[in-house]
Formats: sequence, C-alpha cells, structure tokens
Amino acid sequence: MYRKATMALAVAAALGLPHAATAQTQDELRTLREQVRQLDRRVTDAEQAAIQASSRPASESAMNPAVSVILNGIYSNLSQDPNTFRINGFAPTLGDVGPGVRGFSLGESELALAANIDHHFRGTLIASISPDDTIGVEEGYIQTLSLSYGFTIKAGRFFSAVGYQNQIHAHAWDFTDAPLANKVFLGNQLNEDGIQLKWVAPTDLYFDVGIEAGRGRQFPAGPAGGRNKNGVSSGTLFAHIGGDAGMGTAWQTGVSYLGTSPQDRAFEDPAGTTNSFTGQSRLWVLDGILKWAPNYNPTYTNFKLQGEYFRRKEDGDLTSGTAGQTGGFASVQSGWYLQGVYQFVPMWRVGYRYDRLNSGTPGFSAPLDAADFPILAPYNPTRHTVMVDWSPSEFSRVRLQAASDKSRGDVTDNQVFLQYIVSLGAHGAHKF
Amino acid sequence: MKAILRFVVALGSALAALPAAAVLNVFACEPEWSALAQELGGDKVSVYSATTALQDPHRVEARPSLIARIRSADLLVCSGSELEIGWVPLLLTQSGNSKIQLGTPGYFEASQYVARLEIPKVIDRALGDIHPGGNPHVHTDPRNIARIAPVLMERMAQIDPANADSYRSRGKAFLERWQAAIARWEQQAAPLKGVPIVVYHKDFSYFINWTGMREAGSLEPKPGIPPTPSHLAELVDQMKRAPAKVIIYSPYNSPQAAEFLSGRTNIPAVMIPFTVGGTDKAKDLFGLFDDTIARLLGAVK
Repeated sequence: MYRKATMALAVAAALGLPHAATAQTQDELRTLREQVRQLDRRVTDAEQAAIQASSRPASESAMNPAVSVILNGIYSNLSQDPNTFRINGFAPTLGDVGPGVRGFSLGESELALAANIDHHFRGTLIASISPDDTIGVEEGYIQTLSLSYGFTIKAGRFFSAVGYQNQIHAHAWDFTDAPLANKVFLGNQLNEDGIQLKWVAPTDLYFDVGIEAGRGRQFPAGPAGGRNKNGVSSGTLFAHIGGDAGMGTAWQTGVSYLGTSPQDRAFEDPAGTTNSFTGQSRLWVLDGILKWAPNYNPTYTNFKLQGEYFRRKEDGDLTSGTAGQTGGFASVQSGWYLQGVYQFVPMWRVGYRYDRLNSGTPGFSAPLDAADFPILAPYNPTRHTVMVDWSPSEFSRVRLQAASDKSRGDVTDNQVFLQYIVSLGAHGAHKF
Repeated sequence: MKAILRFVVALGSALAALPAAAVLNVFACEPEWSALAQELGGDKVSVYSATTALQDPHRVEARPSLIARIRSADLLVCSGSELEIGWVPLLLTQSGNSKIQLGTPGYFEASQYVARLEIPKVIDRALGDIHPGGNPHVHTDPRNIARIAPVLMERMAQIDPANADSYRSRGKAFLERWQAAIARWEQQAAPLKGVPIVVYHKDFSYFINWTGMREAGSLEPKPGIPPTPSHLAELVDQMKRAPAKVIIYSPYNSPQAAEFLSGRTNIPAVMIPFTVGGTDKAKDLFGLFDDTIARLLGAVK
C-alpha cells in the first residue's frame, strides 16, 4: 500500500513537472497530492484497525477477574521481647495486635480477585496468606451495582465501616502497624460477616449514612467466631460528611457506633489465667481526614492529616479465672491518635503519628476486686512513631519506621521496622 | 389544622412548579470531555468536570466531593483505556447510581470510538505504567474529537430523548465549525511537520501523529515514572547529537525537568495547555488547539 502511494506521488510529480507553469496542472497536482494523503491516511487507519482487532483476547480467560497480589516483608528490631507484648490498662483483644517477630519476617501476602459478576453485582475476594502458612479470608463480599437513589448493599465478610482506618487495607496504611486505639478497641482491624446498607445523599456536599448487621465474629463481640444464635450479634451505624475546601483541600469527617453484647468473651491475663466478660459493649468513634495537594495534583507534593477518637463503654459481668468468681464490671475507656504524612518531593514521604489511650478506672463489684485483674490496672499508654517511605512507582514502596512504644506499663519498647510493600497485577484503586 | 393543610398544599404546588428533571447531569472525568459535552448540550445539560487541567488524570483521589457528584450523574464521560483506573472504578462502586455503571448507556468511554495509538505488544510493569488498551490521551488529535462528538451526541439523545433534537442540531453545528477549524489548523500546523519534539509524558502522541511531528524523546524515563537525573543526562547527550526543536510539558507537570534540559541544550521549553483550561487562551476546545499550535509555532520558528 505504501509503495503504491509513493508511486502515485512519483507519477504525480513526473506528470506535474513539465507543466508546472500552468495553474490548471497545479490544481491537478494538488488534487493528486490530496488523494495520496487520503490513501496514506486510509492505510494508517487500516493498520490501526488490524492492530486493535488482533489485540482483542478471544479466549475464556478474557472473563477472568482482576487479579492482584500484595507482597510485603519486614525486618524488625525490637528492644523488648514481642512475646511479652501487652497494652496495659486494656483487656487483650485476641487480635493480631503485637509488633510481630524480631528479625526478618514475611508479612501477610494478599491475593485479591475482583470483577463485576453481572449487571447487578460486583464480587471481591481478598485472601491473606500468613507467614505461618495459614490462609484467611480478609474480605469476601458482593456489592450491588444496580440499586439507584444512592443505595448500595454489601454482603459477606468485609471491613466494618466503624472509624476511618479500619476500612483501609493494611498495605495502604501510612505506617507499618495500626494505631494503638485500633488495637485495643477493634482488635487491630474488625472484619465482620454480615450485611451493610449505605445511602449517599443527592447533595453536592458529600453525605452518607449506613448500617451494618453482623455475626459478631471478632472482638469486641464474643466469643471468638461468634455466638451460636440466630439473628444479629453486632450492629454498626455510621455517617460521614465531606467536601472540598479551597483549591487543593479535601476533607471528610465521620461518626460511627458499634454495639455488641459479648458473651463469655475470654481474655488471658499475662499471668496465664483466663477471664471472661459477658455484657454490653458500646463503642463510639469520631474520625477526620484532610488531604491537601496543590490544585488537587498529588504527584509532586501532598499532605494528609488523619485522626480518630474512640470511646467505649462496657458493663456486665466479669468472671475471674484466678478467683473462679463472677462479679459486676463497668469501664469507660478512650483513646485517640493523630498522624500527618507529607510527600515533600515525588516518591518520598515522611510521617509522624502520636497515639494515646486512657484506660480510666474500671469498676468491680463484689466478690471481685481490682487485684484479680492486674492487666486492667489503670494505665495510659502512649506511642510516638516516625516513618519515611520511598515509592519508586505506584506499585512499590519501601518504608523505614521507628517508634517509641509505651504500651507496657513498666518498659519502653523501641521499635525499628524496615518494610517493603509491593503490588503485582491489576491496578489498585484506593479509598479516600 | 386548616393552616397546616393550606401550607402543605402550597408547598406541594410550589414543588410541582419546579422544572421536572431539569437538566441532564454530565460527569466528565477530564476538562476536554466536559467542554465537548457543554458544546453538544448547551443549556440542556449541567456539566461537572472531575479534574482540571492542573491535575494529572492518572493520579486523582476518589475524594468525597467526586462521589457526591457522580451519585447524581446521568452520564459519565471519560477517556477510558484505563486512564482513570486508579479512581473511577472506586467512584462507580461507591456512587449508588445504576445509571452510569459499565455497560449502561450512561457510561461513555471516548477512546473506544477512535483508533488508538501505541497499543503495547508486550504488557509488563517493568515498562512503566503502560495502558494495555493503547494510549488514552486521544483528545490531542482534533480529528478524534470529530469522531467522538457524533457518538456522544447520539448517546445524549438516547439518554434524554426529550432534548434529542437540540443535541443533534447543536452537534451538527459544532461539527461544521470543528471541521472548518481542523482545515485551518492543518494549514497553520504545516510547518510543524517533521519537527522533532521532546515530550514530558506520552500524552501528546495523537497530536504528534496528526501534525506529522516526530517524537525525539520523553522526559519520563518510562511512562508514569518521574524524570530521573540519569535519564535527563542521557537526554542531554542525545540532544547534542540530534537536537530536537522544542520540549513540551503540561500544566500539571513540574517545569523543572523541561527547563533543565532546555538550559543545557538551548532547545526552547514550552508549556502547552494539554486540555481545556490549561492556559488562559484554551477556554474551550477551539482555543485549546489555537493556543497549542500557536505556542509550538512560536517555539520552533
């Protein structure tokens, strides 16, 4: 085709030259040139069409869901023995709250599959493979696509919308570990088996409100795995508002409530005895997030401020393993954290986080007394954390983090983590 | 009691007097599509652009204000070809809006209706952030706008049949003016043919293809990877051997890398508007190409 075009041009030139002086032949020449150009364009278009046709996959695998894998590995240097980790003043949550092991370790590897199921539903499965060779379902849910008027229903196992950080996958956290408040109030991260209904208001200012009903398979519900009963064992209510401010700031703030009635929720005292709680647990969370980037373009510099305040009220009966007795128990505990992360040049970010918990003084009624529960003795843990990370592309990140952790009443744990987090496969999209 | 009843009736009739389903709500991912939808829709549409010319459309936060806007949209107009893969899918699942989901008439990917360039033969992240569907920045060739406009026009007519005639007549008028403008631009841009150009990101390929310019290099070592000192040093060497005539960057790119290369090689660095709103003169799609061509001609003459 190209050769033809060139030849046409040559012919045109040959025909045109001897008569170049006359206006008529110049017109003809122009017409011919235009024809050649059109021919040329048609060839290019045809080539393009051929390329696009051939690039279309025609196999069964064309319907495969988007697959992505998150890998992460850590080197940890801990000044205190991680096996003695505890957060004094607070009941252990049985969750994965410790700082991990010393030395090199593989973090949780995640395998995520997601696709539209049909025009009504989207499905997501996120499996986590622990370094100790166990596989867990972190999230596995379906979500509606075809409801209108701002409604969405999610069902299955998903991270509860209580607070802000709880919904974010660990690989997208700005620090290696969770805030202390998430550790003591949500057992690190609460994923619930249940159903969520959410409504987004038809206003320019973002407003959503939602409700979750769940099995209560995890702390603060109990026993672990959920109660043997029909109906709902854990309920969450949440609402958020958010919007833009100026040319570059986006904000969101939310309030959420988690209510459960734990039954025989066991926890082990560091001394080795097992105690258990039966009663009511109510948790309120206020959260706020503010992100700034010049003109909303975060490529070069951006700043993120995030904070949450938790307040939990529990009352009911506590059974002491030591005394073998049951008595009344009531506590009001709170905690908060505030963190800022600043990207000062492309690829490089620095961050600081401050954690603080207030254990309050728990009330025990006869025959129990505070001496039976040394872990619950009043104490206000704090932690300072700094980090710097480098992300050479959207798909990889290397982070160095140092923390001074006063979770234990008697000693300070100085922690250093060096971590990589990478993602393979489908391009992820991260929540605000 | 009567007073309350009267109030309710008054309120009811006041609400009924409001225009029912006032306008077609268009959510455009990028300013070029918001401008096109505005050209075709006129006063029958209310257009919201999710991004401005100062934002890199690859990297956008799915912020609450965008979810609020997409929730009430009747039509979503994006470039597609995975340009918005980091944020639009998230907006879609959070919107609670069935009208603009993939596969519905309200979901419009502009790049699907034109021949895409640079469809990668090898798909691997080691090559940078490449788009398996080809280069998504199709709007930089005005002939692509001419191909997309009639499809978008028909889509708007399908979703909002009451105003179909308006969309079609506005569309026809726009295309006539647009074709005339293309003829004018092709004449103006004739001196650009064969001119070697250094781009920042591969977001100008369709323009280069249209005008017959020649891409001599890019400031990004790989698509989506910011310029590195070693890559810039290589470019300086390369430009000394075979100099380009102009270095371009977009309003959302930092000018540093372009200015560095320009300083070392005496090749002019020019910011081109890239999309509507990128410069003062690029007020609409016509201004976008007028100003782009004027800036390039100014640099290479």
